[in-house]
Amino acid sequence: MKTITRQKPQEEVMGYLAKCHKVYLIGCGTCATLCHTGGKSEVLEMKEKLKAAGKEVSGWMIIPTACDELTKYALQEEAQRIKAADCVLAMTCAIGVQMISLHLKDAKPVYPALNTLFIGMEESPGHFTEVCLQCGSCVLGRTAAVCPLVRCSKSLLNGPCGGSSEGKCEVSPDIPCAWQLIYERLKEMGRLEELEEIEPTKDWSVSVSGGPRKIDIEAECTSLS
Amino acid sequence: MKAGTKLEKVLESGHFAVTAEAGPPKGTNAEVIKKKGELLRNYCDAVNVTDNQTAIVRLSSLAGCLLLKEQGVEPVMQMVVRDRNRLAIQSDVLGAVTLGISNILCLSGDHQKFGNHPTAKGVFDIDSIQLIQTLKRMRDEKKFICGEDISGEVPIFIGAAANPFADPFEYRASRLAKKVKAGADFIQTQAVYDVARFARWMEMVRERGLDRQVHILAGVIPIKSAGMARYMRDYVPGVIVPDEVVTRMEKAASAKEEGLKIVLEIIAQLKEIPGVHGIHIMAVGWEDIVPELVERAGLMPRPTI
Ligand code: SF4
Ligand code: SF4
Repeated sequence: MKTITRQKPQEEVMGYLAKCHKVYLIGCGTCATLCHTGGKSEVLEMKEKLKAAGKEVSGWMIIPTACDELTKYALQEEAQRIKAADCVLAMTCAIGVQMISLHLKDAKPVYPALNTLFIGMEESPGHFTEVCLQCGSCVLGRTAAVCPLVRCSKSLLNGPCGGSSEGKCEVSPDIPCAWQLIYERLKEMGRLEELEEIEPTKDWSVSVSGGPRKIDIEAECTSLS
Repeated sequence: MKAGTKLEKVLESGHFAVTAEAGPPKGTNAEVIKKKGELLRNYCDAVNVTDNQTAIVRLSSLAGCLLLKEQGVEPVMQMVVRDRNRLAIQSDVLGAVTLGISNILCLSGDHQKFGNHPTAKGVFDIDSIQLIQTLKRMRDEKKFICGEDISGEVPIFIGAAANPFADPFEYRASRLAKKVKAGADFIQTQAVYDVARFARWMEMVRERGLDRQVHILAGVIPIKSAGMARYMRDYVPGVIVPDEVVTRMEKAASAKEEGLKIVLEIIAQLKEIPGVHGIHIMAVGWEDIVPELVERAGLMPRPTI
């Protein structure tokens, strides 16, 4: 599982930095390195671009895993150079950006240099596909382990729409129709009759629509035991 | 009677029904809808008003239906789940029924990518089958999705779409069964050009006895030009236009006459297929052909109910 990111257009990044002269750069040694969006070479590349644009880079580092709690200590170690900067440019996923902002000692803008796209499954080296949007009430048990919420362009829960053609989604010939896949897999397993059941309306309150989701693992474990 | 609409009465009394389609304007000119209503009024039993068709913003289906209703033309309100969540859907249904609009067609809707706001958020809070189920529950149990009571009657004649030309083909009759189970009273299909495939689908439909539980209206689209035939063959999702149709259009001396001939041949064949209870004419951008088409198809006069 990896958080997949893409670099923002440089104009957008420069827009954020318009009021800053000194910038501190942070990359991430895990997902962003793997995506070639915020590893060492990308951070150094950004450093050169900023210099070329007349900015000063007060320092840079690659945090091993920016979304980790240990980020706090990395920031403490670099406190001097960060302090000298007008802002931090984070070449990490959005969780990294928020982690950095949370643990920064002095109030200072933290700008994202990346767009966080999805949590991806690596189908082959370097090829990632979105297979889950963390909806909070998983239906994979009914859909032959193919997620209809992200893999069907209309998040349909009760079978293929009228646009499914020769295995492809109406949206693009590059997108396999999720419901064709589900159909084939269920057929293979002799489970087609399960498709006749009507899946009831979804509870989105346990998903993005319910407000910020939080979980306390320790409390959950105590209540289970 | 489920709702007692004219369309329901025509179908229940065993007439071969004719419905047509009127696309609302990309603006506020009521005359656009009124003109189409006037043109179609004597040549069909009900007129569908599309709901932001192909994801292009237009005057709302509800407003279009009301304009037709005021003219004395029977409307069918199309409703897609792409643009509204369950609150908006149920509230619009109450609004429609209160205004006397009781034929409602439940659709997924073309993906927003195809329209004029491709960066919009697709809602898809519920899907089209859940929408059918919702309408049935509102009508029969007088309850909202959440289980709370609705005050007043909610007469709805529930429509749904079917596309025998989409894949997987073998699943398409099961999908219809699911819609019937959810509560569909009538079906309007995707446009038929490949009659053989449609007939095979109808065979599966009859095997499951679905033709006796739901009224099926076969969709047709008259083709105006060879260019339109090619476009539909190559770019419109979910439609199958055989090459033969394209060739006929290309070779014809008068494309319009040939297009009309093709659709009349199709209708003649559809009428012979057991379980087909009517046709639904989607003459997009060529509405003025409908009177001649219905006349020449031998479907006049329309029943007076
Ligand atoms: S159904 Fe929900 S939890 Fe399951 S794979 Fe899809 S988005 Fe993820
Ligand atoms: S074609 Fe398939 S994947 Fe695409 S929206 Fe329709 S059912 Fe979903």
